[in-house]
Amino acid sequence: MKLKTLLLGAAAAFALAPAAHAERGTDGEVKLTFPQAVSIMNPYLTGGTKDIYAASMVLEPLAGLTPEGVLIPKLVTEIPTKENGGISEDMTSITWKLLPDLKWSDGTAVTADDAVFTWQYCTDPAGGCSQATKYEGVASVEAVDASTIKVTFSGPKANPYTAFVSALAPLLQKKQFEACLGAAAPTCTDANNMPVGTGPFMVTGFTVNDTVQMAANPNYRDPAKPAFATAVIKGGGDAEGSARAVMETGEFDYAWNTQIPPETQESMKAAGKGEFVVAFGTLVERIEMNTTDPDPALPEGERATAKHPHPILSDIKVRTALSKAIDRSILVEVGYGAGGKPTCNVIPGPEGWASDNEGCIAQDMEGAKALLDEAGWKDSDGDGIRDKDGKKLHILYQTTVNPIRQDFQALIKDWWTELGVDVELKAIDPGVFFGGDPGSPDTFQKFYADVEMYANNSESPDPESYLGQYQCKNAPSPETQWQGENINRFCTPEYDALYATLATTTDIAARQEIAKKLNDMVTKDSMIVVPLVHRGTLSAHSNSLGGVQINAWDSEMWNAADWFRVK
Amino acid sequence: MLTFTLRRLLLAIPILLVISLVIFLLVDLAPGSPMAEIPLTVPPDVRQKMIEALGADQPVFVRYLLWLKQFFWIEPMTLYDGWFGTSIVEGQQRILSWQSRSPVFTIIGQRLPQTLIVVGTAYLVGIMIALPIGIYSAYRQYSFFDQVGTLFAMIGFSVPTFFSGTLLIIIFAVWLGWFPTKYDTMLEVTDWQSFLQQVKQMALPVMTLGLANAATISRYMRSSMLDNMTMDYVRTARAKGMDEKVVVLRHVLRNSLIPVVTVIALGIPSIFGGAIITENLFGVNGIGAALIGAIHANDLPMVQTLAFIFAVLIVLFNLIADILYGLLDPRIRYD
Repeated sequence: MKLKTLLLGAAAAFALAPAAHAERGTDGEVKLTFPQAVSIMNPYLTGGTKDIYAASMVLEPLAGLTPEGVLIPKLVTEIPTKENGGISEDMTSITWKLLPDLKWSDGTAVTADDAVFTWQYCTDPAGGCSQATKYEGVASVEAVDASTIKVTFSGPKANPYTAFVSALAPLLQKKQFEACLGAAAPTCTDANNMPVGTGPFMVTGFTVNDTVQMAANPNYRDPAKPAFATAVIKGGGDAEGSARAVMETGEFDYAWNTQIPPETQESMKAAGKGEFVVAFGTLVERIEMNTTDPDPALPEGERATAKHPHPILSDIKVRTALSKAIDRSILVEVGYGAGGKPTCNVIPGPEGWASDNEGCIAQDMEGAKALLDEAGWKDSDGDGIRDKDGKKLHILYQTTVNPIRQDFQALIKDWWTELGVDVELKAIDPGVFFGGDPGSPDTFQKFYADVEMYANNSESPDPESYLGQYQCKNAPSPETQWQGENINRFCTPEYDALYATLATTTDIAARQEIAKKLNDMVTKDSMIVVPLVHRGTLSAHSNSLGGVQINAWDSEMWNAADWFRVK
Repeated sequence: MLTFTLRRLLLAIPILLVISLVIFLLVDLAPGSPMAEIPLTVPPDVRQKMIEALGADQPVFVRYLLWLKQFFWIEPMTLYDGWFGTSIVEGQQRILSWQSRSPVFTIIGQRLPQTLIVVGTAYLVGIMIALPIGIYSAYRQYSFFDQVGTLFAMIGFSVPTFFSGTLLIIIFAVWLGWFPTKYDTMLEVTDWQSFLQQVKQMALPVMTLGLANAATISRYMRSSMLDNMTMDYVRTARAKGMDEKVVVLRHVLRNSLIPVVTVIALGIPSIFGGAIITENLFGVNGIGAALIGAIHANDLPMVQTLAFIFAVLIVLFNLIADILYGLLDPRIRYD
């Protein structure tokens, strides 16, 4: 019943809208398809990219990011900086000014109180907010007046653009979510599925894990936008089916995350109905080296901990040899096509932050063999496997169950076998591998293997928190219930010291230099992390959908207000 | 017959309780975590808070008892409240999906229509194709028609739906462009045009599933007919000078249908269970797609509830098949 009244209201609003604004809603319907269906429209209660992207068409942050990784104002007049006085001299506070006459889609005014509420909502300890890191270090958020939001940090904050920035931390309407604080958060089904926002669209219908129906927001701040009257996100199926619906049958305008094999990409392009677009963020498929000994003979509690250094991989020569034997270009060609490029960096972008480290791209089998010889690993009994002190050069190489990863495993096993390494492969269900259950021996944090392969990325262009993973204190161990992001148990005082300076450096150029050095320390200087492929998100859009600018730093739908029908 | 039915129904209660416990433990002890799909950029302490907010950190038996209470008391009462406008269980925690934070039964309610329409139609279409094929194949055993029918059944048996479905998509959607590949669950049939659209979007999934269903049932029908064709009463009927049509369609068919009806009845729970692969392939997003999505996301309340509902349906339709058997075959009496 409620839905119907809402729909009627929307329809009524529409009937009036064209008279005032000639362009809004003139291009009909835009149809999107996601291979994973949308579960919830509240980004604070989900970690799923699908949900966050869908919600970004409705909910907006104060500031967003462009495809170049540059901040742009969304609900505010300008980006606060030290120069314009928006950021205090001591870097402990940032002040945002809301746009005048800003309205929620229900017609009520957006005020600073909504921002204060959003902060309270996400920091309530019982709420289980998944974007809590966005508000980390925030001491208070206050409404100076109805349109001025002051965020105070508990100390100087080098990167103050976290709270209320990007699709991960949008503004919620206080009126709608007031009763949903803390433990009540998950029970507010209606609010979570149909949030009131400021974005170009508003939700008119929602079925869990299936379809999101949206209509143009009659109160959107630009009276001429969006060009589309309605939008639909249909979820489900697989990447290939989604890509086909855009590229071959033309049923949909946009398909997010169409990661399909390179040869299928080519054949779909041939149909000529659409094109693939790639956004390169910081997602890097990598092999992580274990610096601790995962030998099952060791007692539980000591196995794979810093107590026992790895018998083979502690030698940097072995690690370097393993990296040199890999031909990253072939991996890209087999696995990703246009959706990937070879890389030697943990931080592959954005430009300015990425180190110019390219030494690993060319495969060097002879060099790798020479290094192993040097390290004392020689094939003394002629069985094709190198050994040293009576111990075979044996490596257990694990990853998740995933067709591309199994291809990579097979290729890399071939190269390493040529090198004289005995490689044992293992593939683990992703739910278990990434599940983090301390009772399971197969989680990536426990790392009961010699090397493991997966992908990880920095959630923002500024990689401070991402680089923080490799500090000594973040190593998973029995004491931390096997939680922690430093899964290699990499630990050097130099890295920790340099990282500490990053947190206090505010000059961008200096920050970039430090980030590059930190990147080099874990990659080419130590070969603790062996990056393989810089992965992009491959999406597809039809030729008739204009205005698409794919974005790796914010939601891919960040500029959905500007999308239009090519006529 | 009545006492038999009552006895079976009463016996079903402990059976279902044991099943529910087994399912709960199986799902719970299986490795995996609801946090597995959360990006690695979310730090461990935030993950821990999210798990606590879901209630997933509670001991297994606490969650099991809570689930029992929710399933057998709160959910039926919520339905009752909804019908009669009372508020007996208002504000009490319903079974919430971990993935979407929506009540599991609301999701099932949204999804059941798609599944019943698409999978149910496919089942009906399957039966309607299978029965004539089975009957005629048996009547003209080893004829050309029988050989073709056998070939058809073998294809239906052995070709998996993910292959036949994709093949149909490529032929009918990509090359010919007749049918859409994605099912629009929001389509409301209000006039001829939307009805036509509904038929079009159902065509491919129904064809895919219908083929598989028809294969099984046509084989049962054929062999059951063959068993009966050689019976004495058939020879007697023919000797009495009865019309072939009467012999086959009245005498033989009626007797042959008994086992086939059982097979069909036992297959009905699978309609409610949906078709995991086909639903996913065509974006029908029914119960099957919900189940596999929940399994991927380690959404335990959803998996547990769905699996238990399937168990209830299977127990129920086994009973119905037994009763039908008794009704169709006067020789079978349970008392």
